[in-house]
Amino acid sequence: MTRDVAVLGAGMHPWGKWGHSFVEYGTAAARAALADAGVAWGDVGSIVGADTVRGGYPGYVAGATFAKALGWQGARVASVYAACASGAQAIAAARAQILAGLTEVVLVVGADAAPKGFFRPAGGDRPDDPDWLRFRLLGATNPVYFGLYARRRMAVHGDTPEDFALVKVKNAALGALNPYARYRKRVTAEEVAASAVVADPLRLLDICATSDGAAALVLSSVGFAHRHGVRRPVRIRAVSTVTPRFPNTVLDLPDIATDSAVAVEPPGETFRASVARAAYEEAGIGPEDLSLAEVYDLSTALELQWYEDLGLCGAGEGAKLLREGVTAPGGRIPVNPSGGLASFGEAVPAQAIAQVCELAWQLRGTAGDRQVAGARVGITANQGLFGHGSSVVAVR
Amino acid sequence: MPHTRTPAVAGWLDGEGEDFRLLGTRCSSCGSVFFPREDVHCRNPLCAGGALEEVPLSRKGHIWSYTDSHYRPPSPYVSNPELPWEPYALIAVELAAERIVVLGQAAPGVTVAGLAVGMEVEAVPGVLDEDAETARTIWHWRPTGVRA
Repeated sequence: MTRDVAVLGAGMHPWGKWGHSFVEYGTAAARAALADAGVAWGDVGSIVGADTVRGGYPGYVAGATFAKALGWQGARVASVYAACASGAQAIAAARAQILAGLTEVVLVVGADAAPKGFFRPAGGDRPDDPDWLRFRLLGATNPVYFGLYARRRMAVHGDTPEDFALVKVKNAALGALNPYARYRKRVTAEEVAASAVVADPLRLLDICATSDGAAALVLSSVGFAHRHGVRRPVRIRAVSTVTPRFPNTVLDLPDIATDSAVAVEPPGETFRASVARAAYEEAGIGPEDLSLAEVYDLSTALELQWYEDLGLCGAGEGAKLLREGVTAPGGRIPVNPSGGLASFGEAVPAQAIAQVCELAWQLRGTAGDRQVAGARVGITANQGLFGHGSSVVAVR
Repeated sequence: MPHTRTPAVAGWLDGEGEDFRLLGTRCSSCGSVFFPREDVHCRNPLCAGGALEEVPLSRKGHIWSYTDSHYRPPSPYVSNPELPWEPYALIAVELAAERIVVLGQAAPGVTVAGLAVGMEVEAVPGVLDEDAETARTIWHWRPTGVRA
């Protein structure tokens, strides 16, 4: 019995700062994915929404919000929230329903309308909320954590700010080719170096923006895809959503401290590496099988970290891999052919779905000017607050 | 000047001057240390759970990493919007005895130019914000001048 599910359709609303409701973006992406799949909304058996915490109550019940906007038609509904991994958990929920035989066609939607500037915690006086505490006590914004990781890489691995800038140069050149990206201009290393420092050693152009955007997928059983006339669909083969293991010894958002390793030896791999390993194991593949990867470049330095956590190279070799062009277009394993978060900015619940949209287009061979030649196997990787991470493997 | 000094968060710090300490808790069964404090149940999944006892954390540690904040953080961080924003450094410090990394602001005047991964720092009392009556205290990390 196959454990694959088919990607019948993928759709997005362009990323940007449009000033509209997340519902409008999500509905547009959903209609695009349905059209791409050639499936009528009325034939969808289930809808799973990835929640946003920035849209009030409708954001917490995103599945129902999108179902109502598309027109109530009696589908099963679920809404999930998992910080930056929300979209991947929505895909995981849809996949589980299909593999359990509960339904054959599921629409997955994530959308956000982002604020200007830093993400901030929910309002009120909430000293029992770690996300509130890190802002209240330390003023520790997300870029502060990105800065800590980048500096640590410089100290441990010898990375330089010039290495980090080259990630932006690579991703901006790819984003320039992507009609859904928010930033569609090439960027030079000099421009990165001339941008303002946000959180030393990272500058404005090292750090991803916050964006409006939406992405949607129509997933189905492989049998439905065949009956629908899609002989060789893109298939999702693994969805990893594992949690960290105690003691987690890398300072993670939104925590003020790590776990203590005084009583239990830390696991032999970091949380990020464990997320990727679970995906490889579920898919029965390894890093040597990949044609491309979409990774969560919240900062330029974090993209280099993902190279290592995905096993594309050894620890500390990320910058070398980048400089050798291995992760650039035409390289052995192009990373972020979509342009990445560097070109999109983050629309939290949409982002992990958007990563899979890019895999689908690449594996179908319809990614236009940014097409990775002969793409057969792709992986996504993502990490968010509160112990969330995800990795999706798709094949064709 | 404010009349009273009170911790910005209850139960996390204690003492002044040389006696200043961060407070955590330790599981009496497995020995795991928690900061911020856990008071209800040990989070070690291999531990059946014992009483959690308050313990002072090591005052000195070594820099795991550091950065700074060039833009004004949003609320609930408190800052005076009338005054120009002054960047401050943040330091993540590894405490050897507890095998834990604790993030904190650097003491006033400390900049990233004077920091390095591995450098020894100590926890010192600082002021997070104050009004006419009360200064809310917090921990700051300050280099001891001893190189690793």
